[in-house]
Amino acid sequence: MAITVKRMERPEPERTSYLRAALSGMALTFKHMVNPVKVTQQYPEEQTDLHPRWRGTHRMEVHADGRPKCVACGLCPTVCPANCIRLVGGEDDQGNRYPIVYEIDEFRCIFCGMCQEVCPVEAIHVGRHFENAEYTRDRFVYDLERLMEQDHPTALLWDPSDPRSE
Amino acid sequence: MGTLHPISGIAGLIAMSLKTTAIFTVVMLVVAYTTLAERRVSAWIQDRSGPNRVGPFGLLQPIADGIKNFLKEETLPATANRVFFVLAPIITIAPALVTFAVIPVAAPLPTPWGVVDMVIADVPIGILYVLAVSSLGVYGLVLGGWSSNNKYAFLGGLRASAQMVSYEVALGLSIVGVLMLAGNVTLTEMVWRQQQLDMWFALPLSLAFIFFLVSAFAETNRLPFDMPESESELVTGYHTEYSAMKFSMYMIAEFGHMVTASALMATLFFGGWDLPGSWDDAFWYGGQLISGFAADGSVILATPAWWKTLLTFAGFGLKTGFFLLVYIWVRWTLPRFRYDQVMALGWKVMLPTALAYVMLVAATILVLDEIGMPWGFGYGLALTGVSTLATAGFLLFLDRGHTIVGAAALDRQRTAAQHGHTRRPVAAPAAD
Repeated sequence: MAITVKRMERPEPERTSYLRAALSGMALTFKHMVNPVKVTQQYPEEQTDLHPRWRGTHRMEVHADGRPKCVACGLCPTVCPANCIRLVGGEDDQGNRYPIVYEIDEFRCIFCGMCQEVCPVEAIHVGRHFENAEYTRDRFVYDLERLMEQDHPTALLWDPSDPRSE
Repeated sequence: MGTLHPISGIAGLIAMSLKTTAIFTVVMLVVAYTTLAERRVSAWIQDRSGPNRVGPFGLLQPIADGIKNFLKEETLPATANRVFFVLAPIITIAPALVTFAVIPVAAPLPTPWGVVDMVIADVPIGILYVLAVSSLGVYGLVLGGWSSNNKYAFLGGLRASAQMVSYEVALGLSIVGVLMLAGNVTLTEMVWRQQQLDMWFALPLSLAFIFFLVSAFAETNRLPFDMPESESELVTGYHTEYSAMKFSMYMIAEFGHMVTASALMATLFFGGWDLPGSWDDAFWYGGQLISGFAADGSVILATPAWWKTLLTFAGFGLKTGFFLLVYIWVRWTLPRFRYDQVMALGWKVMLPTALAYVMLVAATILVLDEIGMPWGFGYGLALTGVSTLATAGFLLFLDRGHTIVGAAALDRQRTAAQHGHTRRPVAAPAAD
């Protein structure tokens, strides 16, 4: 395809007026100055409306009795492209598998959401959440308890039949 | 109240101290809040909100800025000339703050001990004092730029000196008309003469007002003439190496100059503290506070009152505030001039036109005096007519677009001379 250049039709400098341009500019800025509609979002009071598929920091779903839903199948550390999930699985007396160690390094995480997609029991989720400030770097490795404490809404999975989540 | 006499003695000393403190405080406050206004208005112009977090409507923002500037680290470049580096901001800030001393801010205030003039020092040299002191500020800029031992700062300092010298000329010439009309250089008498003319000098000296406005922008180093600072070329110009309170002093000086220039515009061309009507007129004439002359030449005594002082002070504040707004408004509208354009405008346009205009005003005044026109509304009207014609002619000349042409226009002129046509040939589209 040929590259086309859009040529702006500009007025001849000999016919333009420096003075008029300045005055019309002043009029324009004055209109904006008195215009009460401002684009600024007053952030802490006015929260951003996050997209339903927004992928933020993780949370672990829990059973009614407080146990994590995770069955330590090992799919999420396998699928994780950033290799940020550390999972050590265990087995109890009834033969139920559960995570002994489940850590996510949120610094390594690229928030692709594949852990959520791959999870067979809908235990690990990425969340609709972005306020993650901490005072130290090691606070960004979320352990199992921390992941279970999170209560922000979780991200909606992408649905091929509804690609734009409408 | 008894007889009207100027306050003197111990009471005068107390009044003077109070006045000095009050005016200094008010000027510093106005400077502080002009920085806030600059940020808020610039935000509004760009459809943003601006700083509104510190205090209601962000009103405590200047205090937060001040605390921040006090607590920040003062840097001192290793290669800088220590003495001048420290001295330069002081040299800049002092003239910016002392110039306000001669500007009358309100009608005289009557007190039981005498009448207090609402001006710190009504010195006989008036406006000359302002011109002399305010242009001392450029030494601070040049010294700061030079002593930083930084090429950008140095270039900024150089530009500051060149620009200040260039526009000082046009500024001085634009004031000459006012001096001729006022017949004196004290600012109190200028206000008085405008009251007697029943017309503010902006009308009879419209072209001088335009020149003063433009030169004042250049003198205060504000956009579109902020050559010494020009962030896009020189980092931040002369104060590149300055930080914390020294930087803040440069800023206070710049805004102080702005406030003084706005107050001067209001005083010289918009009647100072004068409000329409002759109810507030007051002037010391032969030891008496008079408000005007009767038809037979006898004086009419003025009746000062505290409410008149308050009202005229509000009027003066309003006028000054308006010009401060214009400063900010222009800054966030117009782009910066190129350096040679600044010089061309100053020397090739403003200087000759201002000279011609001074001659025109002088000739008109001479004619009006010769035919015995009394000082009053008719006198002002006649001058207004002449000035309006001159202003219209000047604006028409500017409006033809030949005064400040861009590089494209020169390019086109060359192309036209070579090829004999006026439009630049459009380059052939690239082959597919």
